[in-house]
Amino acid sequence: MAMDPQSIENMIKEALPDATVRIDDLRGDGDHYAAYVVSSAFKGKTRVQQHQMVYAALKGRMGNELHALALQTAAE
Amino acid sequence: MTENPVFKQIEHEIGANDVVLFMKGTPVFPQCGFSAAVVQVLNHLDVTFKGIDILADPALRQGVKEFSQWPTIPQLYVKGEFVGGCDIIREMFSTGELVELFQSKGVPVAVTA
Repeated sequence: MAMDPQSIENMIKEALPDATVRIDDLRGDGDHYAAYVVSSAFKGKTRVQQHQMVYAALKGRMGNELHALALQTAAE
Repeated sequence: MTENPVFKQIEHEIGANDVVLFMKGTPVFPQCGFSAAVVQVLNHLDVTFKGIDILADPALRQGVKEFSQWPTIPQLYVKGEFVGGCDIIREMFSTGELVELFQSKGVPVAVTA
């Protein structure tokens, strides 16, 4: 059911190699995370597009195994 | 690819209503903290919106995720345009961008600041 933070970070970095990723386990339960992702790939993209890129990197896990991932993205 | 019949229903809702929130539960009784947070923001801004409970309709629940290419609920639409989920709405609210968006789209909004 739950995902460990390292695999979340790995999947994001696989899709966005230059990304700086920080994952916080919000409740210490391995099920509610917050992710801060900074990548030059986000330049010129809207917030919706930036988040969609992160969701795409997680290949369908978001909303399934990954119940809650509060996202904050920035292009540097 | 056959178009999902639910897409027509979604297009109708977001076309007929200026502000639509696809959510878990209803605006009065949200069934999820993330949906409740967005309802709270909209109520705070005194924005009139239509809440659509996706828990009542499994086809809609799946369909809206595909329609928006967005894996989670809630989802906010303003004048037919997808604005975002809970994180984006909260962030836009705190920076003032949400009020600007409503104003630029001609949606009445209460500004208390």
